[in-house]
Amino acid sequence: MNIIKKFSLGLLITLFLTISANADKIKIGTEGAYPPWNSKDASGKLIGFEVELAWALCRYMGKQCVIVEQDWDGMIPALIMRKFDAIMAGMSITAERQKAISFSQGYADEVASLAVMKGSSLEGMDTPAGINLTKPNAAAKKALKTLTAALAGKTVCVQTATIHQNFLDSGDVGKVNVRTYKTQDEVNLDLASGRCDAALAAAVAFSDYAEKSGKPVVLVGPTFSGGAFGNGVGVGIRQDDTELLQAFNKAIDQARKNGDISRIATKWFGFDASM
Amino acid sequence: MITSFPKLLDAAVVTLKLLSLSLFFGLFIGLLFAILRLSKNKIINKFAYGYSYVFRGTPLLVQIFIIYFGLGQIEYFRSTFLWVVFKEPYWCAIIAFALNTGAYTSEILRSAFQTIKPGFIEAGKSLGISNKIIFYKIQIPIAIRQSLPAYGNEIILMMKGTSLASTVTLMDLTGVAKYIISTTFKPIEVFIVAGGIYLFMTFIIHNLIKFLEKKYGYSQ
Repeated sequence: MNIIKKFSLGLLITLFLTISANADKIKIGTEGAYPPWNSKDASGKLIGFEVELAWALCRYMGKQCVIVEQDWDGMIPALIMRKFDAIMAGMSITAERQKAISFSQGYADEVASLAVMKGSSLEGMDTPAGINLTKPNAAAKKALKTLTAALAGKTVCVQTATIHQNFLDSGDVGKVNVRTYKTQDEVNLDLASGRCDAALAAAVAFSDYAEKSGKPVVLVGPTFSGGAFGNGVGVGIRQDDTELLQAFNKAIDQARKNGDISRIATKWFGFDASM
Repeated sequence: MITSFPKLLDAAVVTLKLLSLSLFFGLFIGLLFAILRLSKNKIINKFAYGYSYVFRGTPLLVQIFIIYFGLGQIEYFRSTFLWVVFKEPYWCAIIAFALNTGAYTSEILRSAFQTIKPGFIEAGKSLGISNKIIFYKIQIPIAIRQSLPAYGNEIILMMKGTSLASTVTLMDLTGVAKYIISTTFKPIEVFIVAGGIYLFMTFIIHNLIKFLEKKYGYSQ
């Protein structure tokens, strides 16, 4: 009995010390599977635009940070349950997500695009280079019609719980057969295997995959922004955590002014995706 | 929570379909391999043992990933007629589940065959019944009866195993629960409801097996 008591006391003290040691550190959650936003190198270390940006923002805030990994589909619940304090995971600022969490100002923005394998019947669609869905103009509406006709009955693959899934579910491009995957890696695999007629994600996610795998993945149709695609990518923070929100906003201001965001973005994306 | 309930019930139907089809094919595979395991031919015996060893020795998740994502990567495989079946996540899941449950079922049935008291078979022989009829009319019924409790367990394990179908894009109970969570961000409530539905299905299966055991089982 005595041993058990001593053991539990020891356990409690260890637990307490661990908690207090981490108390003033900001924990940032990321997916580690959405290059070039965030991913892992061969040794399992988290790398990518957001990982590097997170370290920069933490320096501006004068705080110590820990970056932790979290599966994409549990990202927002994990934030709410205090597994970490902030999300930096290529998460676009959308009205739907803002019902559950707050967002800092956007730090980067990047368009979405459909991708197919070379030789697909979806290649060569007559659409503008890019459409904005916030207030779609005549050309954008016409492009959506072209897409609706082209995608009818086709299987389009997306990562689950993303703006890309929301867009396909919204019916803007009619009734497509939406197939959802846990990670973008799996979307890429099934696009290459031919199970998907097309896939929808951040345009850079496909170009990154095409480059690394050597597979003939090509972007088709217009690039998408606005509307269901949200207003840039920001830091997700719990709604009652206003102090941290302000700290992040201030740090983003400073990092932007000093050119840190565009420098890091250019390094990872190959172009300046900062905003 | 209330609005998500009908969606989850619809998804439970998908789960039950996956389960019943996998069990159906799995039972045949299991019976076949149990008989092969009893063969005196060493090669056949080793082959059947190898099958059950591989499928019982690796996680179901790994099996389903190899069958779904793994085979899809092989270009030659995609050009064969098999691709028609393997292109569909639904059939990939059922093939993986059936092969997995088949391996366990073969072990359950094999041990049941081996525990049949020699007296039963000798009694049949002394009556001049042919070996074939002894096998179909005496050994198989007794083996199935004896394996009922263990097989009931396997059904319940398999039912929970079908939740892995959601990893290959199928919208089963777990898949739909995850989808609802991704739009409502309320994991606890939704998973509790989904868990309750799983529990209810277990309850039905458990009682069904208990009923069958009572009806056909031995009273010792």
